[in-house]
Amino acid sequence: MNRKVIIIGSGPAGLTAAIYAARANLKPLVFEGLQPGGQLTITTDVENYPGFPEGIMGPDLMDLFRGQAQRFGAKCHFKQVTKVDFSQSPYKVWVDTEEYLAEAVIIATGASAKMLGLKNEKELMGYGVSACATCDGFFYKDKKVLVIGGGDSAIEEAIYLTKFASEVIIIHRRDELRASKIMQKRALEHPKIKVAWNSILVEISGSREKGVSGVILKDTKTGIKRNESCHGVFMAIGHQPNTDLFKNILDMDKKGYLMTKAPATNTSLPGIFACGDVQDHIYRQAVTAAGSGCAAAIDSERFLETAE
Amino acid sequence: MAENINEFNDGNFEQEVLKAGKPVLVDFWAEWCGPCRAIEPIITEIANEYGEKIKVGKVNVDHNQQVAIKYGIRSIPALLIINKGEVANQIVGSVPKIRITELLDTIV
Repeated sequence: MNRKVIIIGSGPAGLTAAIYAARANLKPLVFEGLQPGGQLTITTDVENYPGFPEGIMGPDLMDLFRGQAQRFGAKCHFKQVTKVDFSQSPYKVWVDTEEYLAEAVIIATGASAKMLGLKNEKELMGYGVSACATCDGFFYKDKKVLVIGGGDSAIEEAIYLTKFASEVIIIHRRDELRASKIMQKRALEHPKIKVAWNSILVEISGSREKGVSGVILKDTKTGIKRNESCHGVFMAIGHQPNTDLFKNILDMDKKGYLMTKAPATNTSLPGIFACGDVQDHIYRQAVTAAGSGCAAAIDSERFLETAE
Repeated sequence: MAENINEFNDGNFEQEVLKAGKPVLVDFWAEWCGPCRAIEPIITEIANEYGEKIKVGKVNVDHNQQVAIKYGIRSIPALLIINKGEVANQIVGSVPKIRITELLDTIV
């Protein structure tokens, strides 16, 4: 069956695109991916989304987005796209062996937490290594944990973790934090938080059975390595766009973000649009993602009209 | 909770899971865990599709820390496939349904 629009991704960008596309009677099909609702589902209170003066929980906000899209006829599948072929129209999108066809595709695959690339980091993910304090902090009651990073999100993670952990050490490669002044003050004055300056993580010790037992840190000034015992390692070193599916298919910048013709959402191929964090490394907010999702739906609607 | 999704807890885990007499899919979750909600419909689908062949249930880690600690759960959602009282497989985080069913099919 030939569809008008397929939307890949289900964060604020993807689901806003779905609301607009559904209202334009394009009957969008949304592939929600492995993290339905996107990055907001691993946050707690969202306090800066307009219209919610008391704040709202991230997962609840995304349920509202989805409900609104479905009300107008968007179909949401809890499936992950594994391959695309944009070499001819209709465009092809696969979920494992299932093939779907569409005249336009809106890409809203967002971004994920970056990893350091250490050898057992992936293996220990979920077994002592984490990229989400709000998800996993609970399991570190009265334990010592490390947070790797120095930006606002690292500080937020560290402060959140003090609710559970006995001690939180922020590992930062420079001698000053990149985080905003107000966040820095909150962290540096917190009795449970310490900062290890000029330090990088070079090795994690542990196993899936026993969890993490410690790490090796290296001083960036002296080069001296030292052991630090801990039970958990939380990565907060930024994000990377989820664009592996589109390598050698769509134009990307050096960091892998999809290039769009701002303020329009067109990518390097006609009928393929991108919105949200997958094409935005500057603002990365729920409300800017939603805004660009709306733009992508309108751009795809106009594309389909002129194509007819 | 759907009718063929059991509720496992610290008290009944041994009887209901370890002595179940068939493979058991255990879903560790919590109210505050967004990704846990995401995997919920998949778990329900699997419970319906496998019917009597397996037992499916959930453990709320907020209320049942003994079981969570015993199995070294440090991140949720976490799925354990338990067969004859032993962990046959473990999956951490959201995964496509096929990854769960592939593992189940090796023992069912």
